[in-house]
Amino acid sequence: MLLEVKNLCAGYGPTQVLFGLDFAVAEGGVTALLGANGAGKTTTLRAVCGLIRPEGEVLLSGQRIAGLMTESIARLGVAHVPDGRGTFMELTVEENFRLGAYTRRDGDVAADFARMWEWFPRLKQRWRQQAGTLSGGEQQMLAIARALLLRPKLLLLDEPSFGLAPLIVQDIFGILRRIREESGVGILLVEQNANLALDLADHAYLLETGRIVMSGPAAEIRQDEAIRRSYLGY
Amino acid sequence: MRLSPTGFLLLVLGLVAAFAPLWVLESFHLFQLTMAVIMSLAVLGLNIVTGYNGQISLGHGAFFAIGAYVTSILMVQADWSFYATLPFAAAICGLVGYAVGLPALRLGGLYLALVTFSLAVAVPQLLKHKALEAWTGGVQGLFLMKPDPPRWLTSLLPLNADQYMYLNVLIVSGICFLLAWNLIRGRIGRALMATRDHPTAAEAMGMDIAALKTGAFAVSAMITGIAGALSAVAVEFVAPDSFTFLLSITFFVGMVVGGVASILGSIFGGLFVLFVPNIAESISRAAPGVIYGMILIVFLFVLPEGFAGLVRRLLAKLSSPGNPQPK
Repeated sequence: MLLEVKNLCAGYGPTQVLFGLDFAVAEGGVTALLGANGAGKTTTLRAVCGLIRPEGEVLLSGQRIAGLMTESIARLGVAHVPDGRGTFMELTVEENFRLGAYTRRDGDVAADFARMWEWFPRLKQRWRQQAGTLSGGEQQMLAIARALLLRPKLLLLDEPSFGLAPLIVQDIFGILRRIREESGVGILLVEQNANLALDLADHAYLLETGRIVMSGPAAEIRQDEAIRRSYLGY
Repeated sequence: MRLSPTGFLLLVLGLVAAFAPLWVLESFHLFQLTMAVIMSLAVLGLNIVTGYNGQISLGHGAFFAIGAYVTSILMVQADWSFYATLPFAAAICGLVGYAVGLPALRLGGLYLALVTFSLAVAVPQLLKHKALEAWTGGVQGLFLMKPDPPRWLTSLLPLNADQYMYLNVLIVSGICFLLAWNLIRGRIGRALMATRDHPTAAEAMGMDIAALKTGAFAVSAMITGIAGALSAVAVEFVAPDSFTFLLSITFFVGMVVGGVASILGSIFGGLFVLFVPNIAESISRAAPGVIYGMILIVFLFVLPEGFAGLVRRLLAKLSSPGNPQPK
């Protein structure tokens, strides 16, 4: 397993948000965390990458990472695309790319840039443009590309569909599918759009008020009557 | 580094503008220009930590004072040459800056502004303190001498002490500006701006925010400290009352007027804070502060992003629209 999480509890100050989650991401696999607003999806990602202090076990390729600093976890290969994308608005697309490769000392950065241009041709067109002038979809692409430039083993994606037009969302999920096939990075995906998430994921967990209420292979979850009614809307 | 023909032309013009005053200006105005360059350097220091790293400092006058005093004490009490004192002034200011950067890790925004403010208030009083009087000269301050131009130079180029001082200030500042430019344009500079704009995302990309923030404070204090050291020698005198809290505000004004997070803007900011008060005084002897304030307000209205914002807008107009693609 790439990521194994056991009995994860976390919260903000006195407010506990997560109550003992168990989930996993397979090597090169995609795991989706589904749930309504306030279920604790974003908090789960924050706890995994150390932005808030978790209790319980978080294992990355068997190594304990719970309690480490975010920056150390990032250096171990966990890239987080935060909610709100975290675009550096005043910097150019190129500078955002270079920031993504901040920790890298190897010489392959240029080759990875070329790879990102292949996946995200629109970013190549916008190369010297200020990131703040990009459309929402392009900023989301930039955030994903920037995270991948860390050469992570695990990519944490927080609602890549947020605030974007349906067509753009289709685009982005298409690209994610391609990245998944071509790069072998594991993805932990948090998403409200259950339909899209289940298309991409091979495993899914359903969160309700900080607890996992259902889990299983994505195809099975999709068939579930209750899920269909409450999250897929058909 | 490759320069476009326009860039090369600008560089040559800049160098001419920097060196021409040696022969064009007489003593007093050359001294003023020397001080303006020193101010620019101090503003550059502030810009690194406040402009590029987003940590508000209202206390950079303190680093300026410490730099000035380290150089003065070493020159007066230990008879060191001016040049030998510069690395010491820089190192000590860097250490103090690093120490100030530590509480800054826990305090942000307005709270940090207050902490640095208290530093600016405390340092002049510490310099007057009895325990340090043997070194600092207390309220009386210390008198020192400008270095004389060396023989080999005067045989090539007849320079007096004032002209030589200007040359020194120009070269030291030029080196600092180049190093700062290099730092800001590179990996570290991008990381400083990233921690300013979006600390969470910066952390998620593996940046050590604590080290970046304290480092920014240290480098910033070092540069402003070097400016202080240069000023002590240029003025040939230091006293605690030359480094009041107002000095810190002056640097802040220079940074905002020149352009927050702009290297080139720092030069303009330095020129502004030195010359505009003089212009104000020539307009009204009775209330120069009122005139200065009005000029400042007009300036901020016309150039809300400072001088650097104007340059950026002009450049954007000059360069053709469209986005060049990478090769």
